[in-house]
Amino acid sequence: MFPIPFRKGVAFMEQLIQQLVNGISLGSIYALIALGYTMVYGIVKLINFAHGDVFMVGAFIGFYSITVMDLGIFPALLVSMAACALFGVLIERIAYKPLRNATRIAALITAIGVSLFIEYGTIYIRGAQPEAYPDGIVPLKSIDLFGVSISGQSLLILGVAIVLMILLQYIVHKTKIGKAMRAVSHDQDAARLMGINVDNTISATFAIGSALAGAAGVVFGIYYTKIEPLMGIIPGLKAFVAAVLGGIGIIPGAMVGGLLLGVIEALVSAAGFSLWRDGVAFVVLIVILIFRPAGLFGKNVREKV
Amino acid sequence: MRKKKVAGIFASLMLAAGVMAGCNSSTSGGGDSKEADKGGEIKIGANLELSGGVASYGQSIKEGIELAFEEINKEGVNGKKLKLVPYDNKSDAPEAITGATKLTSQDKVAAIIGAATSGNTKAQIEIAQSNKVPLLTPTGTAEDVTFKNGKLNDFVFRTCFIDPFQGTVAANFALNELKVKTAAIFIDSSSDYSKGLAASFKELFTKDGGKIVKEEAYVAKDTDFHAQLTNIKGAKPEFVFIPGYYEEVGLIVKQARELGITAPMMGADGWDSPKLIKLAGKAALNNTFITNHYSSGDSDPKVQEFVKAFKAKYSDKSPDAFNALGYDSAYFIADAIKRAGSADPEKIQKALAETDGLDLVTGKMKLDDKHNPIKSAVILEYVNGEQKFKTKVNP
Repeated sequence: MFPIPFRKGVAFMEQLIQQLVNGISLGSIYALIALGYTMVYGIVKLINFAHGDVFMVGAFIGFYSITVMDLGIFPALLVSMAACALFGVLIERIAYKPLRNATRIAALITAIGVSLFIEYGTIYIRGAQPEAYPDGIVPLKSIDLFGVSISGQSLLILGVAIVLMILLQYIVHKTKIGKAMRAVSHDQDAARLMGINVDNTISATFAIGSALAGAAGVVFGIYYTKIEPLMGIIPGLKAFVAAVLGGIGIIPGAMVGGLLLGVIEALVSAAGFSLWRDGVAFVVLIVILIFRPAGLFGKNVREKV
Repeated sequence: MRKKKVAGIFASLMLAAGVMAGCNSSTSGGGDSKEADKGGEIKIGANLELSGGVASYGQSIKEGIELAFEEINKEGVNGKKLKLVPYDNKSDAPEAITGATKLTSQDKVAAIIGAATSGNTKAQIEIAQSNKVPLLTPTGTAEDVTFKNGKLNDFVFRTCFIDPFQGTVAANFALNELKVKTAAIFIDSSSDYSKGLAASFKELFTKDGGKIVKEEAYVAKDTDFHAQLTNIKGAKPEFVFIPGYYEEVGLIVKQARELGITAPMMGADGWDSPKLIKLAGKAALNNTFITNHYSSGDSDPKVQEFVKAFKAKYSDKSPDAFNALGYDSAYFIADAIKRAGSADPEKIQKALAETDGLDLVTGKMKLDDKHNPIKSAVILEYVNGEQKFKTKVNP
């Protein structure tokens, strides 16, 4: 019916769109995790390396909510977010708060310690064996759009990510706590002088960031099925790259960085270099650090001495 | 109770003394190794993946061995009982080395069964060879486990057939039974097993007129395969060969079906785990096939007898191929010890190598000069999450 080059072109476009859909699904998960990194960094200048493990804990809480407590996806998502928020605050109060005035390297090393503690604590409690999210918990069917199939899970991930990001923007820009967060991130001492409770604001930031990681954990489980105690390491590092890519400390930057990284990875695989995928993510990090250290959305501000 | 224990220790000391005496009078030397049959029992080590990534293989093999030992010990071997000394290698090659060292130097076992994967077995070869203790892998299918660079690892044996055979069977099945002309291959580039199977599949498939339209790769522990699968879908193969392990394959099959790849998919014994069904989902697994060592649906009386005994011991669980190969490995060793008339590792090695026509659950076995068993394979189909016996292929 159509000449062959045209049909080939159509097939190519279909594949390309499919790869973009794949990349956006993966990128949404990176973005959700990256938000937590970026918010915490924005407010206490700490790279919270335990963040990827909060994501893992969220995945497990979601799993047990669905299988043991027999909850649906959305209740499980909420339970996991609430539990992770609490968990995040706990980590902050126990591990980071006593070090608030210590050197940044001390806090960073503590974060790595907390990360290992959570990973191996989980293995100690429940063993290292992986777990599979039950099949068929997403009622959505996959839809076919011009030969591109978009699964129910992809739609769910995208939907959850978009809703949460809008909610976050609302919290940060329209609520009192959001205003306090912005003030603290701008200048902690001045904020304190203005009567803002800095400790509570920092805890709230950890709570919100961890809740997002918990949500990411649940959608990850639904999309990729397999969860295990060390699953947070690689997505955590990738989300960190995404946060730096967008400009660490900048919320829209984390969203764009996450989506961009997901799409870059999918396109690298699409080009036939699937084994280079993880490497490329870190090459992106290096390139960004060399050419735009402040990230895509960052402004080059000279640090005050 | 206490008295009994003391008496037991006394008895075993006496026996040990007897063995020592026997040792002194024998001419073969190597006194240390004789400790393997100390106290009226022959120690057999099991260096298996009892936890970690492929824990389900190790656990299944152990179940099979334990059942076999129970049966064998009713009569005993040369008047002695077999005792299993298990070691968990955590699905990790360095741990497997530690395990082999411990089993040979501390426990002084007569032979080691394990590991489940080719990689973890290869890690132990050096130790088995230098300590002259037979190493028998129930399921290590890589070609170079027993024979590498034109040299035979004379103390290394296996109960299963080798990778090329499984790849060849799969290619034959695709061409002749499914009648497909084009295929895609999706391999785990970090696994020798996967690469070995893919190579033999490709060789026969292309030689007999088929065409490989796409080759893609992943790395163990990956969770996102959408990008590679989209590439495979674009090449429109009639058949997809995925010689991987269940942890990744489960996710691959699920994601492939979601992306709308409806072509039949096929793998090998690496798929064989109950976890696969959980990971992929029952519906996604329809129209997939595996080559395997054995099927509980096989009507052979020897197989049915084993299935019955296994179900009786393990609360009605249907034995999988790992159970069967673990069970057969135990009988393989017991038979060799019987023929050797001794628990001396070197004599056992000789007897193992001479095995011919031993009737096992996974088929009548004969070893070739590369220590590879020559026996039959079965093809299974997944139907609504159940393995159905499809056909049996003789070498």
